[in-house]
Amino acid sequence: MIEIQNISKSFGEKKVLDDISTVFQKGQTNLIIGQSGSGKTVLLKSIVGLHEADEGNILYDGRDLLGMNLRDQKTLRREIGMVFQGGALFDSLTVEQNVRFPLDMFTDQTEAEKQDRVDFCLERVNIVDAHHKFPSEISGGMQKRVAIARAIALNPRYLFCDEPNSGLDPLTAIVIDNLINEITKEFDITTIINTHDMNSVMEIGEKILFIHKGKKEWEGSKEDILRTENKPLNEFIFSTKLTQQLKK
Amino acid sequence: MRFLVHVGKYGLLLKKIFSKPEKVKIYYKLVLQEIELLGLNSIGLVIIVSLFSGAVITLQLAYNMDNPFLPDYLVGLGNRDTMLLEFSSTIMALILTGKIGSHISSEIGSMKVTEQIDSLEMMGINSAGYLILPKIIAVMLILPLLTIMSAFLGILGGLIAGPLAGAVTVSDYLDGITYVFNPYYVTFSIIKAFFYAFLISSVPSYFGYHVEGGALEVGKSSTQAVVTTSILILVFDLLLTQILLQ
Ligand SMILES: Nc1ncnc2c1ncn2[C@@H]1O[C@H](COP(=O)(O)OP(=O)(O)O)[C@@H](O)[C@H]1O
Ligand SMILES: [Mg+2]
Repeated sequence: MIEIQNISKSFGEKKVLDDISTVFQKGQTNLIIGQSGSGKTVLLKSIVGLHEADEGNILYDGRDLLGMNLRDQKTLRREIGMVFQGGALFDSLTVEQNVRFPLDMFTDQTEAEKQDRVDFCLERVNIVDAHHKFPSEISGGMQKRVAIARAIALNPRYLFCDEPNSGLDPLTAIVIDNLINEITKEFDITTIINTHDMNSVMEIGEKILFIHKGKKEWEGSKEDILRTENKPLNEFIFSTKLTQQLKK
Repeated sequence: MRFLVHVGKYGLLLKKIFSKPEKVKIYYKLVLQEIELLGLNSIGLVIIVSLFSGAVITLQLAYNMDNPFLPDYLVGLGNRDTMLLEFSSTIMALILTGKIGSHISSEIGSMKVTEQIDSLEMMGINSAGYLILPKIIAVMLILPLLTIMSAFLGILGGLIAGPLAGAVTVSDYLDGITYVFNPYYVTFSIIKAFFYAFLISSVPSYFGYHVEGGALEVGKSSTQAVVTTSILILVFDLLLTQILLQ
């Protein structure tokens, strides 16, 4: 469980996050939705500590990230898996080396143990014959899957994904969404996903936090979201002709 | 004012680079990789540039000293001292800034904008140390060697081209390059090479590490890195010459 309390963050004069509080439960997929530029990435990066929040508390199962010293923060980070928007695979390493990387850095496993773990993680994301390819040689959807495999290599307790299906075709996007959802249940982790994709919301959204202009505008479940009276949220969800017709 | 901000941020980056690494064993491998990538891949360039420049300098010295009052060994002597004092260290460093420096800043810059650096940080790795320290060590090991090699090849270039063009005889040239040889000049250029190596590796790293934006910004910062590093090399050349050759 991750609890954030009164998070605010500014860049210079510009207030990007304004007093956001919520709770993300374990074993369910928590979504942060909002328009491009609404502050989703900044919020996610503030929660993991890549941006330092100006105010507020961030509690990882009760442990306060902002109150920790640097060493404890580093230790906590090893319990976090993160999938960045573009995948952020190391482009000088092969697919297999990318997944191995955290194992090399942080475990004392034998070669055989590492290989087992790498094979397990890649198999889990359905990558079977690209072990020795470089990131530039595989498709965007595969890059995202490898990024997920790398993120789960160290058995994280928390998983963060920044727009995991942006830039993918709708079919691949759903595959990625479902994969993250399954992993969340299977390993019982706390997962937070940034997205602006309504398909994701309807497919896997259990708890949804809607950010609008840096503020928490609405939160609820996907069942609630279709009946909402909230104006900005309605405008966001029903922005296309297709969704408007669906609503009718 | 902007300049002071840069200096401050550069200092902070250096502090981060030289803080305790996660797993020392991994660094050996990284340093060897960088030596290959940055150093060995530059040898061809150093060979070509040094041989040709040594040849051209020798010919120009010969044609400009076509005066019966000037002894013929001066041509070899002139080329030797040009090579040792300035060319093999400073000019070579400027040329390698274009190759190594731009490589470093665009590599680190593209890792920055594609969030690979965030990715390292998220794993709890000191990204600056992990990415930059191996480059600094590699360049500091390899540049002094390239400098010595360059001086040698430059002198050799003159030895080949001078007699071939009929500008100077082999024996005059050999007399020249051995005439009152001051070994301190070699030390001097090696000392300079160490300073330049640090600049060539750390300054472009700084520019790459602080890129914000996309591919365009990576390219811009790479250009900026090369310009800034080149200017710093010239400033250090002036300072070191003043301090070390008095
Ligand atoms: N490092 C930064 N410095 C200054 N402004 C930033 C920075 N990162 C993000 N912003 C600004 O914060 C706002 C929210 O950005 P972001 O969180 O990336 O939006 P999104 O919801 O699309 O992920 C944007 O207006 C962006 O320009
Ligand atoms: Mg974003």
